[in-house]
Parts: sequence; structure tokens; C-alpha cells
Amino acid sequence: MEAVLHNPETWRPARGKVGMASLIAMESFFFAGFIVAYLFYIGKSAVGPYPREVLELRPVLWNSAALIGSSFTIMAAVRGLARGHMGGMRFWLLATMLLGGWFLWGTWVEWRGLIWERGLTIRTNLFGTTFYSLVGFHAFHVTVGLLALLTFWVLAMLGRLKPARDTIRFELVSWYWHFVDVVWILVFTSVYIVGMRA
Amino acid sequence: MSTLHASPHAANPAKGVFERLHAWAITVDHKKLGVMYVLAGLVFFVVAGLEATAMRLQLIKPMNDLLTPQGFNQMFTMHGTTMVFLVGMPILLGVGNYLVPLMIGARDMAFPRLNAFGFWLFIFGALLLYFSWIGGDGLYGAGGAPDVGWFAYSPLTSKTFSRGNSTDYWILGIMVSGFGSMTTAINFMATILCMRCPGMTLMRMPLLVWMMLVVAVLVLTAIPVLTAAQVMLLLDRSLGAHFFDPQQQGSTVLWQHLFWFFGHPEVYILILPPFGFISEIVPVFSRKVIFGYALMVAATVGIGFISLGVWAHHMFVVGLPPWLNALFAASTFLISVPTGIKIFNWLGTMWGGRIRFASPMLFASGFLGMFVIGGLTGIMLAVVPFTHQLSDSYFVVGHFHYVLFGGTVFAIFAAITFWFPKVTGRMMSERLNAWSFWILLIGFNLVFLPMHFSGMLGMPRRIYTYQPGRGFELWNLISTIGVPVQIVGVALFVWSMLRGLLKGPVAGNDPWDAWTLEWATTSPPPEHNFDRIPVCTSARPLWDRKNPQDPDCNYE
Amino acid sequence: MACAAAHASEPVICAPDATLPVINPAIFDTASPPARQIESMAWLVMGICAGIFVVVEGLLVYSIVKFRRRASDRGEPVQLYGSNPIELAWTVVPLLIVFTLALVTIRVIRDIERTDPPEGAMPIVAIGHQWWWEYRYPDPDAAGGEVVTANELVVPVGRPIWLRLESADVIHSWWVPALAGKTDLVPNQTNHTWFVAEKPGLFLGQCAEYCGNQHAGMLLRVSAVPQEQFDAWRSAQAAPPVNEPAVARGRDIFLDLACSTCHSVQGVSDGAFAPDLTHLASRQTIASGMAPLTRENLRAWIADPQVLKPQCNMPSLKLSDEELDAVTDYLLTLK
Repeated sequence: MEAVLHNPETWRPARGKVGMASLIAMESFFFAGFIVAYLFYIGKSAVGPYPREVLELRPVLWNSAALIGSSFTIMAAVRGLARGHMGGMRFWLLATMLLGGWFLWGTWVEWRGLIWERGLTIRTNLFGTTFYSLVGFHAFHVTVGLLALLTFWVLAMLGRLKPARDTIRFELVSWYWHFVDVVWILVFTSVYIVGMRA
Repeated sequence: MSTLHASPHAANPAKGVFERLHAWAITVDHKKLGVMYVLAGLVFFVVAGLEATAMRLQLIKPMNDLLTPQGFNQMFTMHGTTMVFLVGMPILLGVGNYLVPLMIGARDMAFPRLNAFGFWLFIFGALLLYFSWIGGDGLYGAGGAPDVGWFAYSPLTSKTFSRGNSTDYWILGIMVSGFGSMTTAINFMATILCMRCPGMTLMRMPLLVWMMLVVAVLVLTAIPVLTAAQVMLLLDRSLGAHFFDPQQQGSTVLWQHLFWFFGHPEVYILILPPFGFISEIVPVFSRKVIFGYALMVAATVGIGFISLGVWAHHMFVVGLPPWLNALFAASTFLISVPTGIKIFNWLGTMWGGRIRFASPMLFASGFLGMFVIGGLTGIMLAVVPFTHQLSDSYFVVGHFHYVLFGGTVFAIFAAITFWFPKVTGRMMSERLNAWSFWILLIGFNLVFLPMHFSGMLGMPRRIYTYQPGRGFELWNLISTIGVPVQIVGVALFVWSMLRGLLKGPVAGNDPWDAWTLEWATTSPPPEHNFDRIPVCTSARPLWDRKNPQDPDCNYE
Repeated sequence: MACAAAHASEPVICAPDATLPVINPAIFDTASPPARQIESMAWLVMGICAGIFVVVEGLLVYSIVKFRRRASDRGEPVQLYGSNPIELAWTVVPLLIVFTLALVTIRVIRDIERTDPPEGAMPIVAIGHQWWWEYRYPDPDAAGGEVVTANELVVPVGRPIWLRLESADVIHSWWVPALAGKTDLVPNQTNHTWFVAEKPGLFLGQCAEYCGNQHAGMLLRVSAVPQEQFDAWRSAQAAPPVNEPAVARGRDIFLDLACSTCHSVQGVSDGAFAPDLTHLASRQTIASGMAPLTRENLRAWIADPQVLKPQCNMPSLKLSDEELDAVTDYLLTLK
């Protein structure tokens, strides 16, 4: 077995893992474009409102905690599925979705305030343009991830998941979810830490 | 010599036209998809060629009025966009799609349904782009096909200067097509890394497969950046964002950085698969193993890596700080080294060989001759001061046509003549192919060599007409005279393909006495490619079988 | 500077010396230090590339001829898998060549891409518009103050010119090959280029960055004249416009109709979108170099600009023949 596993003549990585890794690499470069634009335009808005005036750190910290926490819950869900503990898997998966949903709700609340109370839209200034596009695309990716999680949750509730077959598939979705989390860390740093100095 | 025998390719005589078309429409077989990619690409090749013909007719004499200024601008925009995204990418990715699973001894790509999805995304994106000829006017009575150049610099692409919807068609058509390319790249990564047959280590893969692997990485890194830039432009145009809006302190140069960060790897995406074709063809027709396989791999990976760091050489005259220009000049010089290495390795393969000049080798030799010229003018352009004169002139147009036509297109024709027997089971006519080659070689040089001179005489690019008395007339005339010659060359080749398909002699498994795994199965291969997955013993599995007294694995 | 009295039917010769030798935009007909430095660098790199061409293409042709399959060949040739020394050689030698080229390139970049003006340079501002060039001479020392003109740049021979490049709309590029390499005019960004016209002449060029419909019609003309001639020209340009009562009708039409919205004439109108016409009649051409300035051409241009420069921004105002004559006469007085 050892000889087969580590023999370069016969060992091959799993297709799904390479596929998901490639997708994640691709998405990283997509986000890199928007992060570069955000960082490049810090301090260059011709008119206000400016980040320091309108961004509130505390609610966003809660959001971020929820999202980062969801990375841990999804790891537990993957472990649950791998070991055949379907109840545990359903529980941790639900927790993940709720935490992800919390993040999206928090983002919506923040945007509602920014748009209707502070008058910051995508066309207001460079800050508005880069903020909404970057945070918006991230939220979009969270939404897509949530839909994938929901699909697995429904299948789990219907009893249609088979640990032997589906663990790797669910694990790949969890990779995507972790990626979305890492992107958020970069977005948060760019917008709420570096960008606030402008 | 093959120990693999495939079941006869069953053709059910009762199958009607619609059933056969339906089979193609719903296929997830990499071979059928590969063929469809190539055929679609060839159709767009002819379309883009017609757009270029219109341009050259307009430029045959100064102050001509065959096309309106906007008409001409639409022509060069669509010609460039079509050639890069709807000809180069699909044909090269399509040939890779067909060959990679066969060459690595696999039954299909890693994700066959994703493969089909990618193909139809490409088709839809292409149709969306071309719909602009009809629908680009939008509600504004202004537009038609996009006329902003294939590189779409801002702020020319903003709503102010590009009214109507033509630019939106450019964005959306390419974006959708780009998603198709990205799914293909994912497929290549997974297929090449995960589905090689037993015994095929990375260093035993055919060089074409290495090229497709590096191309897949480049697609994954470059195309998303273009997508990001295009989304930003779409937001600017439709939601009033300010990414590239100078009036709100946005930077128009940011577009250029983002575009060329994609654009330069893109041209390596367009040249690496051709390098792969040449790397398979030259050894077979020289009857010698490729010289320096390991160095070829290293050079390929090096090119891929460095190509991500040269993009601003397209921006030398924009006003970047001199130290930045110097940096990018250095990286551009650097990338010429691994490219040169490949040329030397191909020459080293031919050296001491017993070269058969069948049509694949004719086109491959044409590639070598023409690509060297394009590469050398590229080195000239890396010299920033020289570029201050030559940038945005016809010299650059000459340069990139030598690498993209003399390079990519000649290599594509080489690939078609080489693998046509495998795909169709029939041989093309060597005579027709040879005629096509020579006429195309002459026509190509007639069209593009003079451009270096008109460029040095001060003729800029993208002008719908030019002033008399500045010395441009003669070169433009010669260029335009070359166009019908090229057309004849291409027409002969198309005819050769049709004739081969309908009347060519049966090819058999291995008409060229080649050495990679695709020649070990029938022509055309059965849907499952191989009856039994082969075991790979070296970089030339069939050489080992045909020469058991002196197999390659002794020399690894 | 001699200036022929304007008569309605004569071509106007108030331009700076219409007999200047014309210098076509070829990159090897250099007449200015940066262009000459580029030229030397160009010959060096072309020489190296020519050498590489001869070697590589020579090897290709030699291989094709010498190693062709012969009828007497049997079996396969010796399989040569590689050779470390040879592969090392053709890695190292190209590296050395490009390293040398890079060093020379960097040195010349520093010389021609200046970030500060050469000593004694005269500053001029060029502003790119779709599809014409605005020039401003801001030097306050010279007689009269700022000069605003369009499309035809006049400079003194032998004096360095520090040309500031800006854009009012999209990206353009200023390319007069005999004087300097090109540099772009980018909106919301200030670039500079510099040159010294070392001999008198009319240096030709044109816009070199695609900027829309009439990108091809944005021609460049730089007249280098002796210093005294330049000084006279500059004073004439700084003077207020000629105000002849005989052409009052034309001036009224100019003011009443949309002409004055776009075009400025010092003291008369204040347009910002089109060339300044204060001293139109002192130029040699119209429509950014597309046609010589003659009465017929000017009249036809005003009647319908779309004929000479299709899809440009100037509309036809559908003037009657009488109005056309009046306006043309008026404009021709603006020397």
C-alpha cells in the first residue's frame, strides 16, 4: 500500500481536490483585482463621506466573528459526516448556515445604514465604488456557498447522504467555505483597518 | 506494434442527420468537444480574416473612403477581439481538449460535463459579441459593434465617450466566453494532475501536456483579473461607479494595469500550446527524440512564471516612473531567454536527424522561421527607448502578427495536418497542404513584413486612413496585395481538410510512425479511447514498444 | 515676420515661414537629442538582433538542407537526448546578451525620460482633445503673456522645449518621431516630454493612441524657426485679435450661432471645446492639419466639417452661401 501511495508512477491526487483548488486559485485572482483597486484608491476620493466618518467597527467585528466561527463549525460537520454521525453533521451544518446567514444579515444592516442614512452609494465617490464592489462580491460568494451548504443540509435531512461517497464532496464545499472566510479576513483588513487610516 | 485493439468504430447506418447532430449537441466526450472547439474557431478565423480584409482594402491608398472612420474602428476592434478570444483560445484549448486525455492514457477529461458547459459558454459568449453588429445600437441610436479596440482603454470606454451598448456587448461577450475558458482550465489541471496512466510521471508527459498544464495555470491567474476589470467597467457604465473615472480621481491607467496583467499572460496562452505542437511534430519528422526534455520543461515553467511579471511593457509610453519602466524592461528581456532556449532545443532536435518534410514539418519549419523574427522584434520592443518610437505604430502590428500568425496560426495548421488522420481516420492530401503552405508563407510575409517599415516611417496603429506624402503608401500597398495571396492559402487549406474528410485514404492507427499514446489507439479513437489503460514506460511509450532493444527508459 | 495683406481670395501667408523644409515622421531622420539617443540605441539592438537572426535562421536552413532524409537512409538516426554543456551554453549566452541590453536600456531610459526640465528649457503645455491639440505658452517673461493656440506648435530652433502633456478627455499620444519618442496624454495625469529642434523645419507627426473616430485626423505640426522669428510670432500671437469693421457681419454670425459656444476668440467669445481661433489666419492648416488653410478649404470646412473629417465633433450649421462668405471673411482676418 505504501509503495502504491507514494510511488510517483501510480499515485495521483483526487480530481475533486485539484478542481476545487483550481477554482479557489481563480477566485483569489478575481478578488485580488478588487482588493488592489480598493487599496490603490484609499485616500483618493474627491468628495466624502470618507471611511472614518461612516464605517462602524463593532458590528462588523461581530459579523466577522460569526463568519470565522462558521469555519470551525463546518470542520465539525465534515468530521461528523466522515465518521457517519449524521445527527452531528446536520447540527454543525445548520450552525454553519446560521452563522453565515448572520454574516449576510449583518452586512445588509450595515449597508442599509450606509446607503439610506449616510448617503454612501457605489456612485458617490471612489470609496463607495470600491467598498460596495469588494464587500458585495464577497457577500455574493458567501451566498453561493450558503446555497451549496443548504443543498447538503436538505440532502442530509432527507437521509440521502452516504459518508463513503459524499464526505469528499462535502469536504470540497468546506474548502470553498474556508476560502470565503480567508477572503473576508483580507477584505476586513483592507477596508476596516488599512482603509480607516485614510 | 500496439497491444491495444479497439472495437470497430460502430456506425449505425440507420442514424439520421438529426440524431447525429443531437449526439454532437449533447456530447460530453472530450474528442467531440475538441473538434467542435476547433471548427468553431476556424469559422471565426475566416470571419476575423474578412474583417481584416476590409481594413486592408481601406488602407490600400491614402485618404480612402471605403469604410467610415467608425466602421474601420469597429473592424479592428472585432478583428482583434475575435482572433484572440474566438479563434486562438478555442482552437488551442480545443486541440488540448482532444489530445490531452489520449496522450496521458485516460478515457476522458476529469469533468466531462463541465467540459461541455465550458464549450457552450464559449459559443454563447461569441454569439453575444457578434450580436452587437445588429443590436449594439441599444436605445441610443449609437453603437453597433464595439469600436473601442480589443484592449478597450478607458476612458474611451466610459459612457461619455462610448455611447450606446456596443461596449457592453464587448464586455459581456468576452466575460461569458472567459468563464468557458476558466472551466476548461480547471479541467486541464484536474485531468493532467490526476488522470495520467500508471507509469506516467510528470517528467514522462508529452511536452504538449506540459504546455497545457502551464497554460491552465495562466488561464486561472490571468482571466479572472480580466473578469474583475470588465466587471469594474460594467459597474462604471451601468451603475455610475468611478473605477476608471478621471473626473472623480479614478485612474484610467488602472484599467491598463489590470488589462495587461491579463493581456500578457494571454499571449503566452496563445503561444505555449503551439510550442507544444511543434515539440511533438519536430521530433517525429526529424526521427529524433526531443533534445533536452528537462530543459524544455524548465523553460516552459519559467516562461509561465515570468509572463506574470512583464505586463507593463505594453505601457512604456503611458508615463510610468522611469524605474518601473526599467524593471519591466528587465523582466521582458529575461523572458526572451527561455523562449530562445526552446528554439535552440528544436534546432538541436533537427540536427543530426533524418527530416521528412511532410506537411506537418513544412508548417513547423515555417513556424520556426517566422516565430524567430517575431521574437527578435519583440526584443527590440523591450528596449524602452526604442519603444518610445515604435509603440502604437505599425511596427508593433508587424511584431505581433509574426508571433501570432507566423507562430500560432502556422503551428495550428501544423497541428491540424499532423492530427487530422487521428481525428478523422483519413489522410489529407500532401500536395494540397504543401501548396497551401507555400502560398500562405508568401502571402503572410507580403502582408506583415512591410508593416515594420511603415511603423518606422511614423505610421501609427488604428488609423482609418493616412496622409499622402509621408512614405506610407508603398508599404500599405504591398500589404494589401498580400491579402488575396493569404486568402488563397487559407482557402486551399480548408479545401484540403474537406477533401481529406471526404476522399482521403484511410490513415490507420499510426500513419506518421509517432511515439505518444494517442497513436496507440485507432483512428478515430473509440469513445472510451483505449480498450485497456496503457502503462507508460518513458516519455515516448511507443518508441519503447517499437525499439525494445533501445528503449528511452534506459536514458532517463 | 512678413505677413501678406489678407485678400479674400488669396491663400494666407501669415504662417511662420511657409518655406520651411518638411521633415517626415520617420524615426531615423532625427533632429533632436532624445530622438538621436533612441536612434543610436535602435541601431545597437537591431545590430544584435540581426546577428542573432543570421545565426538562428542560418542554423535552421542548414538543418533543413543537411539533415533531410535521403533515399539511402535506413532505420532511425542516433537518438541524442540532450547535452548539458550545450544546453548550458545556450542558456548563459542569451542571458549575457540580454543583460547587456538591459543595462544600456536602463541608461538611455534615464536620459530620455526626464522628470525635470533640461536647463534653459521653454515650458509649453499641450492638451489633447478629441481630435485636436491645444497649445499654451505660459512663459510670463515673453512679450504679452500667455499664448493660446491650436494644432500648430511653433518653437525656436536650438532651445530645449519642456512640453507638459495633459488631456481634456481620453488618452492621446504626442508623436513627432524626428524630435522625440512618443508620450501619452492621460486625463487626470501630467506627463512631460522634451526635445530640442536642432535645425529649422516643419516636423510632422500625429496622435499615436487610439482616441476615437478621428484618431487618424489628429495630425501634428511643429515648426522650428530662428529665435527672432519665433519672438515675432509669439508677440503677434499674444496680441488681441484683429477687429475689422468690414467683417462685422461675419463676426455677428459667429457670435449669434453656436460657433462661439465652442470656439474662443480673445475678447469676443469664450468657448472651451474647440480650437482657439484668435489667430486662425496665422496658421498653415485647418482641422488639425487635415487641409491647407485657403479660402476655399475654410469655407468648405465650415459648410460641412463632416466631409473633410467624418464623424468629428463639429456639426454643420447649415449656413447659407452669404453667411458662409461672411464668416469665412471674418475668420481670415484673424491673423
